[in-house]
Amino acid sequence: MDEFICSNDDTWLIVPLYNEATVVRQVIEEARAVFPNIVCVDDGSSDDSVIEASAGGAVVLAHPINLGQGAALQTGIEFARAQRGAMFFVTFDSDGQHEVGDALAMVQRLRNEPYDVIVGSRFLDDRTNAGALKRAVLRLAVLFERLSTGVKLTDAHNGLRAFNREAASKFQIRQNRMAHASEIVAQIGEHKLRYAEQPVHIKYTEYSLSKGQSLWNSVNILTELFIK
Amino acid sequence: MSDQIVIKILLVAAFVVFGIVLLRPGRSARNKAIRAITLLVLLACGVFAVIFPSVINDLANIVGVGRGADLLLYAFIVVFVGNALATVRRQRAQDLQITRLAREIALRNPEYPETRS
Repeated sequence: MDEFICSNDDTWLIVPLYNEATVVRQVIEEARAVFPNIVCVDDGSSDDSVIEASAGGAVVLAHPINLGQGAALQTGIEFARAQRGAMFFVTFDSDGQHEVGDALAMVQRLRNEPYDVIVGSRFLDDRTNAGALKRAVLRLAVLFERLSTGVKLTDAHNGLRAFNREAASKFQIRQNRMAHASEIVAQIGEHKLRYAEQPVHIKYTEYSLSKGQSLWNSVNILTELFIK
Repeated sequence: MSDQIVIKILLVAAFVVFGIVLLRPGRSARNKAIRAITLLVLLACGVFAVIFPSVINDLANIVGVGRGADLLLYAFIVVFVGNALATVRRQRAQDLQITRLAREIALRNPEYPETRS
């Protein structure tokens, strides 16, 4: 693993954190084996998330109040891009649904291929088992985004993304709550960033399912996007 | 007409109270002043309408509304919706400010892990 630690010094993992005390430590420890630089943005958790994340070895920023995942990502991006030598950035979920190997592969692509952003997609291979309804709603979201932003992705709301400094300096997430995923896609189109997709595996563990996004949220996302 | 004198007094009194609240010293920006003037004019119209209700009826007839009461309802809805929209906009602006404030606080106090290997 040592070769990874050396080679990923220029990469920051940005992990939004909200009430994940039970899993976050393990998630951070696993990720630290590959990515030495991790910033956790705690979004006003009421449990021991901050202590656990810190124990796992992450730099922890704490919002004094709960603002939402989008706001946490933006805070993390602003922190990470101010760090010396930071060239690549990865947004990574704190609940253990993303695989470190996928993140590593995405950063490698940024190094070797002419892209600004690599977005994870669940639907490029068949490793991920999403329910039929969830699949349908995500497809609909994809269609909506293609029409409204011109960016062609197969998975609209994947939290695993890797991007370079160019993209990090362009992203300006203003949607505090869940609509930030669509906003990021919109900004990829707006700033004409070069993007590609990477097949990733989302582990729908019992834990992540028990607290995962309910489909009702898709309605909320639409409302947030339209009512400005 | 004299049996309506009580409600007339009450309504006029309410408008006068609103007016006094408005005139108390406050913020100084120009658009706030314009908003205050608009409200004062509206209040004056309100007082006028209470004292001379038939004028509202005539006005309603001129704009093709059956009764003065209906006209008032419509005007009320317009003002209400406008107010609701202004509130939403103000809320959004405030949310953004709070976000920036909270982000600034978070960015100023990074907590580094005790042992970095």
